Amino acid sequence: MFEFRLPSLGSDMDQGKLVEWRVKPGDTVRKGQVIAVVDTVKAAIDVECWHDGVVDELLTEPGATVPVGTVMARLRTPGESATSVAPPRAAPPVGAVAAPAAPAAPAAPTVPTVPTVPAPAPVTAAASRQRVSPAARRRAQALGVDLAALAGTGTDGAVTLDDVEAAGAPALAREPAAAPESATESAPGSAPAARAQAMRHVIAAAMARSKREIPHYYLSEDIAFARAADWLAERNRGLAPAQRLLPAALLLKAVAGALGRYPEFNGFWRDGAFVPGSGIHLGVAISLRAGGLVAPALHDVDRHGIESLTRALLDLVKRTRAGTLRSSELSDATLTVTNLGEQGVASVLGVIYPPQVALVGFGRIALRPWAGEDGGLRALPVVNASLAADHRAGDGHRGALLLAEVRDQLQDPETLDTPL
Amino acid sequence: MDRTQIQSRLLQLLAGIAPEVDTQAIAPAKPLRQQVDIDSADWLNFLVAVHEQLGIDIPDADAAKLTTLEKLTTYCAERSAA
Repeated sequence: MFEFRLPSLGSDMDQGKLVEWRVKPGDTVRKGQVIAVVDTVKAAIDVECWHDGVVDELLTEPGATVPVGTVMARLRTPGESATSVAPPRAAPPVGAVAAPAAPAAPAAPTVPTVPTVPAPAPVTAAASRQRVSPAARRRAQALGVDLAALAGTGTDGAVTLDDVEAAGAPALAREPAAAPESATESAPGSAPAARAQAMRHVIAAAMARSKREIPHYYLSEDIAFARAADWLAERNRGLAPAQRLLPAALLLKAVAGALGRYPEFNGFWRDGAFVPGSGIHLGVAISLRAGGLVAPALHDVDRHGIESLTRALLDLVKRTRAGTLRSSELSDATLTVTNLGEQGVASVLGVIYPPQVALVGFGRIALRPWAGEDGGLRALPVVNASLAADHRAGDGHRGALLLAEVRDQLQDPETLDTPL
Repeated sequence: MDRTQIQSRLLQLLAGIAPEVDTQAIAPAKPLRQQVDIDSADWLNFLVAVHEQLGIDIPDADAAKLTTLEKLTTYCAERSAA
């Protein structure tokens, strides 16, 4: 018998509201399976269970808000009931279990375990679940629309805000003229506003903690991106969109490669000491249109080629937008990368996401004057890379070597494309 | 499909990529990516959807020039007529 607790959802989120269970008592659960959907101020999260087992008892009611670490369910280990002995064995342990089960729980509530996730192909994981954006889910509640009855028109059949509004609008109001009113969104109840405020609150807490506790130092370097850009253009020529590669994937892979050489930046500062991450899981900062941001992890970035990394990144962004992130993606990033260059800025000096010890920021990839080794001046694509690092965990000299390694790796896109 | 149909399909696909966006409020002649605040990953996801759902494969070089909903609609209308 073991307990299923609400796992850590990142250092800035300490509670979640159970939206629904995706299992019932008697169901067999495989390691990594999504067993519950929990709503947080940032996103609806698919919560995974990290052990094989059989569901014995669900302890949290849908609709309840519980803190991280709460025992939400009890499961039997597979050995406890070979395959199908479920009902008879369930009865006796009930009384005896409550107390002794606690120490056996492998997931300490405050310290996120870092599950080793088998690298690529996360795409099909959430396929069986109806995709509904958090905004659409809330709107459906407000309008009394049955989500299960909707066929989504979004990506991969995701139910969008438009779908919900179309279904919820009375027949008479379906004229286009009626739409702008519904677009103001916040009208029925102030749920979105309250949520935005709550998200601001958790981000404020995490960032204040970061700036209060972490002595940041900052370094930056302009990096010639010409070889990488040429290589990408060559690779993308003639490819259908579904096969194309993104520059962001090269940047992420270069960071992962550099972290492989300088692992003291890949991990966490806990209790006065550095704890290395198990695997290179890069948090990707994604800003949410409704306000705020979330930085879910791309797992084992070093083991990807550029194509599979692009696909994994696209999937992660898509699922962040659609509100189908998984709990492990929110708890186990070992370093965060922010790519504010997408919004057009030349460089970004970031704030470290605790308990991580470093953050890498990329500015916009843009044509700039660049002096070549021959002394000639040319216009080349250039990207600024910055490092914000925790001075408790290490010194600027090593940080400089890390950034130089990112720069060097970007000069050799062929090698970057090779999975570790 | 006529122009109007194509535009409404494009907006539907955009809403799939950016669920929070109010597609009715998009000004067709103004820069699209700023209005809906999409990054390069969203944009590529959108191009994938356009290819899969409408059968129109927009090469990167062309996509870079399709900065407004109007240009995008015209391009897709021409391509689907061809």
